[in-house]
Amino acid sequence: MIEIRNISKWYGSFQVLTDCSTKVDKGEVVVVCGPSGSGKSTLIKCVNALEPFQKGEIIINRISVGDPKTDLPKLRSHVGMVFQHFELFPHLSIIDNLRLAQVEVLGRGREEAGEKGLALLDRVGLKAHADKFPGQLSGGQQQRVAIARALAMDPFCMLFDEPTSALDPEMINEVLDVMVELAQEGMTMMVVTHEMGFARKVANRVIFMDQGQIIEDAAKEEFFGAPRSERAQHFLSKILNHC
Amino acid sequence: MNYHWDWGIFFKSTGIGQEIYLHWFITGLGWTVALSLSGWLIAMLLGTVLGVLRTLPQRSLSAIGTAYVNLFRNVPLLVQLFVWYFIVPDYLPEPIQTWFKQGLKPEISGFISVVACLGLFTAARVCEQVRTGIQALPRGQINAALALGLNPWKTYRHVLLPQAFRIIIPPLTSEFLNIFKNSSVASLIGLMDLLAQTKQTAEFTANLFEAFTLATLIYFTLNMSLMLMMRWLEKRVKVPGLISLGGK
Repeated sequence: MIEIRNISKWYGSFQVLTDCSTKVDKGEVVVVCGPSGSGKSTLIKCVNALEPFQKGEIIINRISVGDPKTDLPKLRSHVGMVFQHFELFPHLSIIDNLRLAQVEVLGRGREEAGEKGLALLDRVGLKAHADKFPGQLSGGQQQRVAIARALAMDPFCMLFDEPTSALDPEMINEVLDVMVELAQEGMTMMVVTHEMGFARKVANRVIFMDQGQIIEDAAKEEFFGAPRSERAQHFLSKILNHC
Repeated sequence: MNYHWDWGIFFKSTGIGQEIYLHWFITGLGWTVALSLSGWLIAMLLGTVLGVLRTLPQRSLSAIGTAYVNLFRNVPLLVQLFVWYFIVPDYLPEPIQTWFKQGLKPEISGFISVVACLGLFTAARVCEQVRTGIQALPRGQINAALALGLNPWKTYRHVLLPQAFRIIIPPLTSEFLNIFKNSSVASLIGLMDLLAQTKQTAEFTANLFEAFTLATLIYFTLNMSLMLMMRWLEKRVKVPGLISLGGK
């Protein structure tokens, strides 16, 4: 489904990603973790070409992301993305947030898009808020809307870039619950997060990154059981103490 | 000072048909409004396009916007008007030049020159405000729009510009008022706008003070109403639950 082959990226002369390779198969949930500045957010943004990369290749469903001939808007419309700061469009009502890209990108009718939007809002438990504006919702609610907005496009995979990092602690679970449910339904997911509880529950594989490199790419049991690298062991010992 | 005050002057006959002096002020106001609104239309359209250009990642495109702003913002309005009125027509290609100079009534060709001047001058200022409005938005908004598959045009149309315009309503208001005030340069090329009619009334009646008092009142009332209208607009498009879009 998603194949990342030998990706390297530089900001000027500073190398942020070094020869990263991994893949996410259909139906798989892959969690990417690592200390801040390790390049995990940059890597996930390379997947749908929000960040350009200078070397390597990313293939989504047999389409090369870096190929200049690729129709990026079309490709992105099938790859859902959820951001750390939600990024709902503040000037549009909740239902219009869900409707916009369905109408403008997929060419659905307003009514059809509205129905689809309401069904998804119902699914994340926010149907009653359809006519409110993002600024009137809590962070957790906004992030659930953001997930629904991405799902409205019928994506074949979902990217999550630290979806719970900007949330108050008591709101983290309402977002994670939606993500767990999604994972259990078989959605292909690549998730940058520090929520190791989430990783334990639903991840198939865990990738550990440090200084722009993939240090560890292992099945969940293996990763939590006995991480091979010292750096990952150190990281885990620090964040697991909190759980 | 030996000055004969007469506030009734506006209702006296000008000596031309049934006309009273107040009529002059009314037609003058008409010209002022027509010049300003036409100029504003150009300024908004062109200014928005240029402002967007200045925010694009392509260097060559944003350079066009930058060059425009530097040129039009650094030359006095009056100089620009004389260029548009006295010089540019001489360089128009032939059939258009004759049509512009001889085919059109003088007040129409003058009107076109002033509208072009006001519109293009104000566009540079609108451009800068549109640019800052867009740049004030969180970078993630562009990413979110692109990630949903919106192309750059639709990203601007549906996500960036509606937010940017809300942010810049207050500074745009002052540009909007400025164009009405700047339109008084029209009187210098013989267009009978509000200022020109005022001067003419003063000369015909020798009641200079009354004429300019009325002109002041009309300009003031006009601009106050525009300001209140823009305030109303700002309230109307306010997004519920948001104190300011610019923050974050």
